[in-house]
Amino acid sequence: MNKIGLIIQREFLNRVQKKSFLIATIFIPLIFPAIIGLLVFVAKQSEKNAKKEVVLYIDESSMFIPDTAKFIFKKFNGPLEEGKRAYTHTDEFGLLYIPRYELSKPKGITLYTKINPSLDDLNSIERLFETQIKELKMLKLNIDKKMLDSLKTDVNISTIKISESGQEKSSNTGVLFGIGMACGILMYMFIFIYGAQIMQGIIEEKTSKVVEVIVSTVRPFQLMMGKIIGLASVGLLQFLIWIILMTTVTFGVLHYFGIDPPQQQAMQQISVDAAAHQAAVNSEITNSINEIISLPWAYIAFTFLFYFLGGYLIYGALFAAVGSAVDSPAEAQQFIFPITIPMLISYLSLFIFILKDPQGSVSVWLSIIPLTSPIAMMGRIGFGIPAWQQALSMLLLVVGFILTTWVAGRIYRVGILMSGTKVNYKVLAKWFMQRG
Amino acid sequence: MDALEVKDVTKRYAHHVALDKVSITIPEKTIFGLLGPNGAGKTTLIRIINQIINPDEGEILVFGEKLDSPHIGVIGYLPEERGLYKKLKVGDQLLYFARLRGMSRKDALTKIKFWLERFEIKDWWGKKVEELSKGMAQKVQFINTVLHEPRLIILDEPFSGFDPVNAQLITNEILDLKKKGCTVIFSTHRMETVEDLCDHIALIDKSKKILEGSKKQVKEQYRTNTFIVDHRGTFSLNGGPYELLDQVEVEGGLLKSTVKMNRTGSPNDLIRDLIQITEVNSFQEKIPTMSEIFIRLVKGGSHE
Repeated sequence: MNKIGLIIQREFLNRVQKKSFLIATIFIPLIFPAIIGLLVFVAKQSEKNAKKEVVLYIDESSMFIPDTAKFIFKKFNGPLEEGKRAYTHTDEFGLLYIPRYELSKPKGITLYTKINPSLDDLNSIERLFETQIKELKMLKLNIDKKMLDSLKTDVNISTIKISESGQEKSSNTGVLFGIGMACGILMYMFIFIYGAQIMQGIIEEKTSKVVEVIVSTVRPFQLMMGKIIGLASVGLLQFLIWIILMTTVTFGVLHYFGIDPPQQQAMQQISVDAAAHQAAVNSEITNSINEIISLPWAYIAFTFLFYFLGGYLIYGALFAAVGSAVDSPAEAQQFIFPITIPMLISYLSLFIFILKDPQGSVSVWLSIIPLTSPIAMMGRIGFGIPAWQQALSMLLLVVGFILTTWVAGRIYRVGILMSGTKVNYKVLAKWFMQRG
Repeated sequence: MDALEVKDVTKRYAHHVALDKVSITIPEKTIFGLLGPNGAGKTTLIRIINQIINPDEGEILVFGEKLDSPHIGVIGYLPEERGLYKKLKVGDQLLYFARLRGMSRKDALTKIKFWLERFEIKDWWGKKVEELSKGMAQKVQFINTVLHEPRLIILDEPFSGFDPVNAQLITNEILDLKKKGCTVIFSTHRMETVEDLCDHIALIDKSKKILEGSKKQVKEQYRTNTFIVDHRGTFSLNGGPYELLDQVEVEGGLLKSTVKMNRTGSPNDLIRDLIQITEVNSFQEKIPTMSEIFIRLVKGGSHE
């Protein structure tokens, strides 16, 4: 109907014309790469600039202690008590006491420090001893180091997925894990942010009594749907811009580092031969980048859009019902909590079950139940989903959306006109049952 | 023809009846006062007329036709509190609401310009409502209510938040609308407004209509046969057909007395008796104010 169109248009413009929309749309896709880049940069710099610390040591077992990246070891000649006294008067990092010990059971090695050493520091010193002792043992047992090294074999299992039609496709579990995690988290954020916006908008309309004027011209259900759809179209626009921006930035960066994305293969499945050939030619990094690029992006984007829309419409309707029932965002808290529980469950399961065992029964069921399926399905997306599961999940999502919208609509039409009432679940149920 | 006919309208909620067989007739081209204490059911009735909610029983006729969705364009509604988007610009806001009421974009723009010029607030077009004072916002809201030229206008406490200058401006607009043939319904607690502007009134209390009629009829109905006399020299009037309710000195030996006639008779009888005992300077029937009638009928009810 024409009037719903007007409301959709108004809601859309309200959001899109805001500065915050522009900022979020342009900067969020850049923020994550920027933060990661910055962290890597800082870590590299601090590693390079780190001053080496001096550790005094008293050795009663005559060991050889090589300097490490962080520590310089200086031998102190004298008994422990004297060493302790000398150490307290210096600025050195620590005093290491190495008593005479048995190779099979080293005991009594002690590090004296003025401040508590970090776990990393302690580990690095422990590893130092472990290597030393291992070499001493090898010497004692007459084991040749070369022989030992030759026993070690590097095994890399390459994974290739065969589809029912017999098509083979190389896959990289690490990459799929990353994709699933990124999509799941993004879905969680999207649903939450947009759902909360719907609720906020409705509370605002209710407290300013705008709703009375609007509802005298359209049915409450039309207003609610207009708002939900209007905001959904904002989300779609934002998503679209993000895809374009991220693609551009990614290709730009790859080009900058001189890695040429294989464009002909970008959207196709790479044949085993080609994959094998490339593996031989390209470095490992280029390989996993190719892996990323060769993912079925069109399919992932479509699935993401579908589940975003479905999940958003379900949660949006619930958030709308909550917004209509309360007079302030603070009052809404008690109702938001139960709504977020399925979201939290699917979010946490993403890390506990779904990414670890994407075809396990918990993962499968979570990705079929409508309230949890948007996040759970995105977690599984890279690993391949049997067609029947996806079809069932999508169907249930649509059914779930229709059901929640119907329930929410019934609460909404009464709620928006009630101010100053103390609302609990009993009241909500009464509104739901109310006629006319 | 009547602008609005409410016939036996009943609206029940889970624990109470908001409207109990209420019937009200509002003649065309009048200013009608819908009175009643808080919680009496006024808002419910207004919401039903605005088709925000549906009555459980009863019928409503607008200009002789059964109330239905096409009447959205016929009715203009100004809710008591703001009723505007805070973050939206004045121009966009008016345009949005006008179009929701079924106006074309072109018509709406012309009308908005006309009204902004009329209220001398043309430069407010790009301002957000949150930047306006309450009185300023109320002007925008008034424009919002009358923009689509409704024939029936419902105003809920239209004067709250206005300074006297702007209140006068709105009063003039309302009288002007009446002259043009509009019917105006006021829902209000402010009895001065009713006294000054309304031709007809209805009083709702505890979900029931307890009074309806033209202001003149109502006042006639609630005459108390009480008279106010300005006079020189004290008198007492106890016993007989009269009751002296009050006697106070006004200034310079002049006194003001309130006298009630206990049995019906002509005021002439009272004058004749009074001039025997005092020098009468003025004589006037004490007509009850709307406020007095309201309080008398809604005893024990809450009112602001």
